Amino acid sequence: MAKLRQCAIYGKGGIGKSTTTQNLVAALAESGKKVMIVGCDPKADSTRLILHSKAQTTVMHLAAEAGSVEDLELEDVLSVGFGGVKCVESGGPEPGVGCAGRGVITAINFLEEEGAYDEDLDFVFYDVLGDVVCGGFAMPIRENKAQEIYIVCSGEMMAMYAANNIAKGIVKYANSGGVRLAGLICNSRNTDREDELIMALASRLGTTMIHFVPRHNVVQHAEIRRMTCVEYDPTHKQSDEYRALANKIVNNTNFVIPTPVEMEELEELLMEFGILEAEDESIVGKTAAELAA
Amino acid sequence: MQTVEKIKPCFPLFRDDDYKETLKGKKVFEEGHAPDKVRETFEWTTTKEYQELNFKREALTVNPAKACQPLGSALCGLGFKKSLVYIHGSQGCVAYFRTYFNRHFKEPIAFIADSMTEDAAVFGGQKNVHEGLANATKLYDAEMIAMSTTCIAEVIGDDLNAFINNAKNEGHLDKDFPVPFAHTPSFVGSHVTGWDNMEEGILRYFTLNTMEGKVIGSNGKINIVPGFETYLGNYRVIKRYMKEMGVDYTMLCDPEEVLDTPADGEFRMYAGGTTMDEVKDAPNAINTFLIQPMTCEKTKKFVENTWNHEIPKTNIPMGVEWTDDFLMKVSEATGKEIPASIKLERGRLIDMMTDSHAWLHGKKMAIYGDPDFLMGMVKMMLEFGIEPTHIVCHNGGKKWAKAMEKLLASSPYGVHGKAYPGADLWHLRSLCFTDKPDFLIGNSYAKFIQRDTVHKGKEFEVPVIRIGFPIFDRHHLHRMTTLGYEGAMYVLTTLTNAVLERLDDETREMGVTDYNHDLVR
Repeated sequence: MAKLRQCAIYGKGGIGKSTTTQNLVAALAESGKKVMIVGCDPKADSTRLILHSKAQTTVMHLAAEAGSVEDLELEDVLSVGFGGVKCVESGGPEPGVGCAGRGVITAINFLEEEGAYDEDLDFVFYDVLGDVVCGGFAMPIRENKAQEIYIVCSGEMMAMYAANNIAKGIVKYANSGGVRLAGLICNSRNTDREDELIMALASRLGTTMIHFVPRHNVVQHAEIRRMTCVEYDPTHKQSDEYRALANKIVNNTNFVIPTPVEMEELEELLMEFGILEAEDESIVGKTAAELAA
Repeated sequence: MQTVEKIKPCFPLFRDDDYKETLKGKKVFEEGHAPDKVRETFEWTTTKEYQELNFKREALTVNPAKACQPLGSALCGLGFKKSLVYIHGSQGCVAYFRTYFNRHFKEPIAFIADSMTEDAAVFGGQKNVHEGLANATKLYDAEMIAMSTTCIAEVIGDDLNAFINNAKNEGHLDKDFPVPFAHTPSFVGSHVTGWDNMEEGILRYFTLNTMEGKVIGSNGKINIVPGFETYLGNYRVIKRYMKEMGVDYTMLCDPEEVLDTPADGEFRMYAGGTTMDEVKDAPNAINTFLIQPMTCEKTKKFVENTWNHEIPKTNIPMGVEWTDDFLMKVSEATGKEIPASIKLERGRLIDMMTDSHAWLHGKKMAIYGDPDFLMGMVKMMLEFGIEPTHIVCHNGGKKWAKAMEKLLASSPYGVHGKAYPGADLWHLRSLCFTDKPDFLIGNSYAKFIQRDTVHKGKEFEVPVIRIGFPIFDRHHLHRMTTLGYEGAMYVLTTLTNAVLERLDDETREMGVTDYNHDLVR
C-alpha cells in the first residue's frame, strides 16, 4: 500500500473550497482511492454532497452532548458516503461565541487517538475554513498531519490576497517541518484572462496552477440534490474536469516552500491584469468640495 | 489581646473575648443570616433529598478531586537527569504547580514559565518560546528541557514542535539541545493524563528516529514506567525489589532524589533522575512494565507500536496478590528468581494482616483518589477484610468504573462498594452524611468533610485517614510507601492505628465508656 497522503485545502471563504474538495474526492473515490474528508469549519458543510445530508453531526456537537470528547467513539462521528468516502466534521460554536479553532484541534486529536487514520486510506483531505485565522485552523498542517496544501482561488482581488496570506502561513510551518504548498486550484469565476492571472500568481508564489476548473451550472444542479457533479452526472464534461484535477493531484510531485509576495507586488500584478486601478495619490484625503474647487 | 511577650497564632487568639466580640460585630455588619437559618440550611445539605439534587448537578464541579494536565507533565519532567521543566503559557498557572508540589514535598521546586500575556495570546506564543528557550538554556545549566503547555497556549493553537524547531533554526539555542515536549491542555483529562503525555513525549523524542539497530532484550534490562507517583518510597521499594532480585532495570522517570534533597548547605536544582542515555537505550530492554496501567495509555501505545514491546498485563502492584503478580511477571520476563528476602517480607506482611484482621474486619471505609491508586487501595482493603463503600474517582471514566465494579464483585467484602466515576468531593460529602462510612481515606482536602460531618454531631463524624496526593497538612507522609509488600505494611499500619485511635477517643469518657479503654488492643 502506498503511503497515506494528507492534503489540506485552504482558500478565501465562499470560493468553492467545499464543493471543489468534494467533487475532487468523489473523482478520487471513483478511481478506487480510499479517501477521508475532515471538515474543519464550524459550518459543517464539507461532507454534505458526499453524504447527501443537510449537515453531518459533528465531533464537537456530540462531545458537548456526551459531556466530553473522551466519551465518544469513532463510529459516532464517522459516516461513509459516496464511493466509500469516510466523512468527519469537526464542528464548532455558533458565530460570535466560543473558540472554533480549538474545536478543530480537539476533533483532529480525537481522530488520531481513535485510529481514524487507518492503514487502508490513500488520502485524507482537510477542508479548512477561510483564511488561516488562528493557530487552531493551522492544526491540519502541523507536523505529521497534512503535508500538501492546495489553495483554491479565482481571478478576484480578495481571493488572491487570501491565497497570498495562506502562503505566508504555510511558510511559518514549512521552515520547521515537512508541510509544502502543492499548488493553486483555480475555481473559475469567468473573469478575463483568469487562467493567466492565476498562473502568474502561482509562479510568484513558487508553485503552479495545478488545474483550472471552469464554471458550469451543472455543479449547482448537483448541489441542489446534495450531490457532487461526479455522482450526479458522471458523463458530463464538468465531471471530467474534476477527474483531471484528481489525476493531477495523484501524480503531483511539485511540493514547495512558498514565496509569498509583498502587498505592492500583488497589487502590481492585479493592475497588470486590470483588476485593480492605479491609485491616484493626488486625490487622497480630499473632500468633494476641495476636488470641485 | 495580642501581646509582644506572648504572641499567639490565630488559634487560640481569636477565642479571646475581645476577638469574639469583634467577630460577632463583623457578622452583624455583613448582615449574615440568623444562626437558626444557617443551621437549618446546613441540616438540609445533609439530607437524602439534598443528595438527590446534588447528584443531578450537570455543569458544576464543587471541590474537585483532580488537578490539571500540566501539573502531571511537570512531575514527569522532574524525573530526568538535569531536566528543566518548562511550561509554555501563563506564569500564574506555573506558580500554582510550584506551590502545589512545594507544599506536598516540602522542597523547593524549579519550574519555569514563559509568561504569556495578552499580546502573546493574540499574536501566538512563538516569541515567548524563543526567548524562553534562549534564557533557560543559558541560565539554568540544564541538559534537557521538558516542555508542556497551559490552556492559554492550547486555546490559541500554539504548535510546540514548530516553535521549538524554529527556535533552533534561528539560533536561540543549540540545534542538538534536547527539548522533548507535550501538549497538555488543562481542560482535557487530569494530572495523570498530563503525566502520560509528557512521558510519551520524552520517549518519542529520544527514540522515535533512532529505532534502527535496536534489538529487544539486547541490554538485558526491563523498563519501569511509574506513572503519576508522589510517594517517594514507591520509587525506592521498586528499586529495592529489582536489586534484591538481581534484575537490571531502567526507571523511566525517577524524581525520587530531586524531591528529597538533604539540608547540607548545598542547593540542588537537579538531583538524580533517569539519564538521556538510559531513555535512548530503553527500546533495547526485554520489556516495559507499567506500574499504573490505567493511566498510561498513550505511553503504552507508543511503547507497543514503536518499541514493539509486549507490555505484560499487570495491575498496580498494591496489596498481596497484585504485588505477587508483578514480581512473578518480572521474574518470568528476566528469568531471575524471587529471592528469599522478598518472600520473607511477604510472610511478614501476611503475619501483620492476621494480627490486625480482627480490628479491620467489616470496617466501612470510603475513599477517593486517582484511578490506579483506587484500584490498588480497594484491592488491599478487600485483602485486609475492610469493606470499601463510596469509591470516588473524579478523573476516572466508565472504563475505570467497570474495572472497579469487577474488582468489588471478586470479594464478599466488596458488596457495599460502589464506584462513582467523575464525582467530586461535594458528591462524596453527601454520601458521607446519608450512608456514613467508619472512615474516609483521601488527601488533605478530606478534612473539610470531617469538619462538616462532626458539625452535625459527634456521632456523624467521619474521621479522615490521609493517604493520597496532595497531603499539605501532615509532614513527611510523601516519603512513605504504598506499593509492594512494604507499601501494604504501611497502609495496614496506618489504617489499623486509625481504627484504634478512634476507639480510644470513643472510650475515654471516665465512668461512661472507659470500660473499653483497654491497654491492649
